[in-house]
Amino acid sequence: MSANTSARRAQAGTTEPTWVRYSLIGIALVFMFLFLVLPLAAVFTEALRKGFGAYVEALNEPDAWSAIRLTLITAAIAVPLNLVFGVAAAWAIAKYEFKGKAFLTTLVDLPFSVSPVVAGLIYVLMFGAQGWFGPWLQAHDIKIVFAVPGIVLATVFVTFPFIARELIPLMQAQGNDEEQAAIVLGATGWQTFWYVTLPNIKWGLIYGVILCNARAMGEFGAVSVVSGHIRGQTNTMPLHVEILYNEYQSVAAFAVASLLALLALVTLVIKSVIEWRHEQDMKAAADIPPERPLASTPGAIV
Amino acid sequence: MTALPIAAPAKRRAPAKVLPGFNLTLGFTIFYLSLIVLIPLSALFFKTFTLSWEQFWAAVTGPRVMAAYRLTFGASLIAALVNVVFGLLVAWVLVRYNFFGKKIVDALVDLPFALPTAVAGISLTALLAGNGWVGQYLEPLGIVLAFNPNGVVIALIFIGLPFVVRTVQPVLEDAEKELEEAATCLGATRWQTFTKVIFPSIAPALLTGFAMAFARAIGEYGSVIFIAGNMPMVSEITPLIIIGKLEQYDYAGATAVALVMLVFSFVLLLVINALQAWQRRHTGAPA
Repeated sequence: MSANTSARRAQAGTTEPTWVRYSLIGIALVFMFLFLVLPLAAVFTEALRKGFGAYVEALNEPDAWSAIRLTLITAAIAVPLNLVFGVAAAWAIAKYEFKGKAFLTTLVDLPFSVSPVVAGLIYVLMFGAQGWFGPWLQAHDIKIVFAVPGIVLATVFVTFPFIARELIPLMQAQGNDEEQAAIVLGATGWQTFWYVTLPNIKWGLIYGVILCNARAMGEFGAVSVVSGHIRGQTNTMPLHVEILYNEYQSVAAFAVASLLALLALVTLVIKSVIEWRHEQDMKAAADIPPERPLASTPGAIV
Repeated sequence: MTALPIAAPAKRRAPAKVLPGFNLTLGFTIFYLSLIVLIPLSALFFKTFTLSWEQFWAAVTGPRVMAAYRLTFGASLIAALVNVVFGLLVAWVLVRYNFFGKKIVDALVDLPFALPTAVAGISLTALLAGNGWVGQYLEPLGIVLAFNPNGVVIALIFIGLPFVVRTVQPVLEDAEKELEEAATCLGATRWQTFTKVIFPSIAPALLTGFAMAFARAIGEYGSVIFIAGNMPMVSEITPLIIIGKLEQYDYAGATAVALVMLVFSFVLLLVINALQAWQRRHTGAPA
């Protein structure tokens, strides 16, 4: 008990009076409510404005279905590609020392700081009718821009760093000791990765994948430039939302938007669960005296 | 972009290249990076070189483009500053206090990362338009927040909030309470402790968060175009100028403006990297 009271007395010097605390919490919550909760609530309210029947009707429409299909296809290609890249880049950058490593890391980050519109534009310059490969592509009757391949490429670009950015700090913090031990004991490189590295990075990996996936499905600006907006063919879900909204089909626009908002909510829930699981792992590991600093939480953000 | 300061045990890694796969992974990394990022980005430079200097200058300094720069940079700056204030507040409240629903609020901070920008755009517009939930009460008071530059700022605040919160939060969590106790013991008021002890230790993170929110806001497109109204000279952002030029098949003009934006974002990226390095030194110093 005495330890408890002395702890409380020590705490009194490092916290604020109750009224300050409650005011700060209040202001923060009001801000969060206005800027985050209200927009989220508005999506679902507007979608259900004319009742559940109208909502389902708005979604059960060929153009909406084709938009959903295209979004899923795009994510199904972009995420695995960036997953392979992310693991390879993290292995090279985190496990070895080499010249130009810092520069390479900066380049991996580059797509984050490029405007989505510029990201779309560069593929138009490469593959558009007047682009570098435009004449050749036309001669061979291959369409990249204003077609599905362009959408996939633009999505790959904007989601490029997500998984690598999660894995690099995680693998750097874990060091090479375990992998070196595995190699010394006779494991092949692939076995080492599969049985030693992968279990250590699995939470960071899943974390990166879900963030990458959320962005891949929700990307608007880059995809908008390369899509050509052909209904039923090159419209992803966010582009379909835009078209419906501009046609004043508010309920339909918000109905499709509500699916994307659900995706966002699911992403946030999975992310919280992963963080919680990781904390549990850390606590379990903390019971055993650690020999080296443990990996950081996958709290890195995009 | 991570802000986690990690003391990498670099020196300990003496017997290098014991692990296999260096050539394979580095080779693939550079190949994929070149294919997806570097070669396409270089197209931007080569396309711009097809313009003469006068043409380039005219394309990137036309009155409509200048107005767009002013709006983009001005609105991004205001939004990032608002996010510094409220981002710090939210991070502080989440780290230092306990209250009901804290976990949910914490998870919700990342909503702008997870919510597609187009969805955020139409939803903010629906709220703030003259007939919206919020707009209908504000418009009679003469406060118009949609279809003008105010709307741009609001959308950019939404987009940038998590950057500040998520960079400041871990630094606040790691802050040493002993320093604050010492300050209190030495007779500092709580406010003095905050301004003289706590604030200096989180300032690098705060600045990093500001730069990240600013950089993201400069390039933002999806959430802004719905709420901005997109009037030339008034509420037209720079990315929209690029789209407009593209739709008129002015590829070279679009590319020139895009190059200006790219150079600016690359400079910002270097600034952010330098800030993060500073932050690492800053937080790593006492150890």
